[in-house]
Amino acid sequence: MWGCNKMDVSQYLEIFIDETKEHLQTLSDQLMILETEPENMDCINEIFRAAHSLKGMAGTMGYKRMQRLTHDMENVFQEIRSGNMKVQPELVDVLFRGLDALEAYLDNIMDSADEGTEENEEIINTLNSIAEKAGSGSDEATPDKTESPAEETTAQEQMDGIPYESIRITDYEKATFDKAKEQNQNIYGITVYLQESCILKAARAFLVFKALEEMGEVIKAEPNVQDIEDEKFDLTFSLVYFTKESLETVKTAIESVSEVKEAVVGVFDVKLEEGAAESEHDINAAETTVTEEYNEEVPVAEPVKKTAGGQAAVMTENKPAKKQNAQKAKPAVGRTVRVDIEKLDVLMNLVSELIIAKNGLVSTSASDGQVNDSSFNEQIEYLESVTTNLHESVMKVRMVPIESVVSRFPRMIRDLNKKLDKKMELHMTGEETELDRTVIDEIGDPLQHLLRNAADHGLESNEERIALGKPEVGNIYLDAYQDGNNVNIEVRDDGAGINVEKVKNKAIEKGTITPEQAAAMSDKEIIDLLFKPSFSTAEQITDVSGRGVGLDVVKTKIEGLGGNIECKSVLGEGSSFIIRLPLTLAIIQALMVELGTEKYAIPLGNIQTIEDVPLEDVKHVQTKEVINLRGSVIPLIRLDQLLDVEAVEQEEESLTVVIVKKGEKQAGLVVDNLIGQQEIVIKSIGNYINCSKMIGGATILGDGEIALILEVNTLV
Amino acid sequence: MEEITDIQNIEVASETKQFIVIKIGSEQYGIDIKYVDNIVRNQRITRIPKAQSYFKGVINLRGEIIPVMSLRLKFGLEPDEYTNATRIIIIKLEPQSAIGLIVDEVREVVDLTEEAIEKNTTADFNDEKAQYLSGIGKNGESLISLLNIASVINDKEVM
Repeated sequence: MWGCNKMDVSQYLEIFIDETKEHLQTLSDQLMILETEPENMDCINEIFRAAHSLKGMAGTMGYKRMQRLTHDMENVFQEIRSGNMKVQPELVDVLFRGLDALEAYLDNIMDSADEGTEENEEIINTLNSIAEKAGSGSDEATPDKTESPAEETTAQEQMDGIPYESIRITDYEKATFDKAKEQNQNIYGITVYLQESCILKAARAFLVFKALEEMGEVIKAEPNVQDIEDEKFDLTFSLVYFTKESLETVKTAIESVSEVKEAVVGVFDVKLEEGAAESEHDINAAETTVTEEYNEEVPVAEPVKKTAGGQAAVMTENKPAKKQNAQKAKPAVGRTVRVDIEKLDVLMNLVSELIIAKNGLVSTSASDGQVNDSSFNEQIEYLESVTTNLHESVMKVRMVPIESVVSRFPRMIRDLNKKLDKKMELHMTGEETELDRTVIDEIGDPLQHLLRNAADHGLESNEERIALGKPEVGNIYLDAYQDGNNVNIEVRDDGAGINVEKVKNKAIEKGTITPEQAAAMSDKEIIDLLFKPSFSTAEQITDVSGRGVGLDVVKTKIEGLGGNIECKSVLGEGSSFIIRLPLTLAIIQALMVELGTEKYAIPLGNIQTIEDVPLEDVKHVQTKEVINLRGSVIPLIRLDQLLDVEAVEQEEESLTVVIVKKGEKQAGLVVDNLIGQQEIVIKSIGNYINCSKMIGGATILGDGEIALILEVNTLV
Repeated sequence: MEEITDIQNIEVASETKQFIVIKIGSEQYGIDIKYVDNIVRNQRITRIPKAQSYFKGVINLRGEIIPVMSLRLKFGLEPDEYTNATRIIIIKLEPQSAIGLIVDEVREVVDLTEEAIEKNTTADFNDEKAQYLSGIGKNGESLISLLNIASVINDKEVM
């Protein structure tokens, strides 16, 4: 049952990392609130709880430095909570620094399962001096609160009688007792109290069992052994134990297990089971007390409990790091997605529908050997709707709210506030917008870059703003929203906007364009120059942004994710950067078209409308073909010429034109035939073929034929 | 394909290397068997617009999309004429990036010892093919030009 007794924390590592991240985020959010509302007691409590949980978790995992730092942060909050000190801006600063240090520890742990060697003495000392200053004013100096409430419980429970006394013995077990007595064994009742900070309770219990089994035999446990293994107990459990050793030896042996607070050992007075009701009542009563006392702790222990499950992993305090060191090469944790149980339920339902659909098909084809066309089609349609839904649901499982990336930005802007000495506020909307996990992982840096840009270059200094009659505090907006098959993320500021003349001069100066070219360029084209490599308009290179590796990197990254970025700016009113990202990466809806004898797919997300344009409506502007569609002039792209398709001789009176858009730009793609809309799986055509990026990939059609996917963004 | 796998399984003396002998035009070429993933019959090739001229397009090999290159065009010979003997040799230098080579004919698999391979090829090969060869193998009476597969398929130069 307790099969595994080698030390192994790796199975808890992922949980640890996930939860630590959550707690750090809570800390960060709450500290931001605290900074503006220093008296907010809820917030202080919340921080205290998060710090406390972090401390417990770090301790259990053997991350001593992390534990020490959180311990000291917690102490400070204990002082605030007990009213011995007030929240000062300096304190918040120190706490933020502590938070950064904790994040650094976490990063190390994620890379190597080791927290690293940074002691952060300075932060700890500052925290301690703050806590001491407050503590000296009060009567008790930084009480160790992990101990005190627990003691009360013990006392209380002892008054009610020691829990092991309530263990009842069945007739059958009675026989073993008699036998033990014959062999001169001592029969003890034992109740073990674990420290309430103990996280891996099952593991501790296992150690207790192990220690006991070296000297004797555990006869009965309350709650039963299975429940203890599954951590279905609070902080105490009771045992009946046969041994030849003395009371004291047993007690010492149990108490030598770490995180065991106390073991009460006494001679067991055999009581026969009378009625289940009575004993159950006792236990329930005991449990209630415990639960109430430790209400605060329960949420912390719970998630771990679930996974820790029946597997007993045993840990000693400082070994984990050493063991993991051996495998430093690869990151300590895999990439995971936390999935909402509801999404899985939907998937499960769809799979059952798929099976029903399959059965329907089987019976259709089996019935009298002849395929009934209409019912067959019916089944196919059903199957189609199921697979479409299934695809959507699977995609949803991969989707993560963008919140997990953007939640760190308010903190960043707060820091920039101080660093740049500009007052600014960040307004975020649409944090719940979901994106594919792979996109989420990559989008953080580009967004951070854009925000820093907005803060540093976008917004004017406070004095300038006042002089211009703008509100003193600058605003930066981060809006995420879904738009068809895309997700748009907009980073906006209400600052000075982009000075087109300045960009133009800079580009000429750098030799990117000639003065003649510059004269012919539209404002938009000039703004697009910002995305060219090594182009920074900041006259002064600051620590915050403007190292010359700017927007081009952002652009490359976003294009790598299959998206694009666009910049709009109004001088004096601000600028905005719009990032468009595909909702999903692997499977898309596409319009299949025919060019000559070849088939191509155009992603539906790019398509605006499909038009039938009479030949006489095609006009020529500077030798380029254009059409006038409901007031806007749209250039035509003859796909067959562009893609060197062998022309099929046919003169028609009208052209089939697929109107596509890329941001504000539109273009009409002339195709020979429309085949229809289809869901396609995008496959790469590899790196060997160099086809000027016009082909975004390929897909395999139902008959095994290959259709190429047009990359509309490069065509337009 | 099965045949090849069988031969691969036979224990060979440590110094011999196995080559698949292919024919392009009148010449015989050898491809080190360790790079060969599969040999398939000619099949429908989907043209890729604006690709390098020697890339004929892509094929669908059991759901995998594989670019296909014409060795004839690569070596500056006449364009391929597809016959019953035409084969596509699927090469895998790295996992996840297969590439197909169109050849006129696949002849046999030969074992060549170190001594039978002449590495120094500079004297006789001034033409552009030379850069794609790693040596000359002597198999009995016939000579086999051994292809340097990496340079054949990794050549990024646009023609």
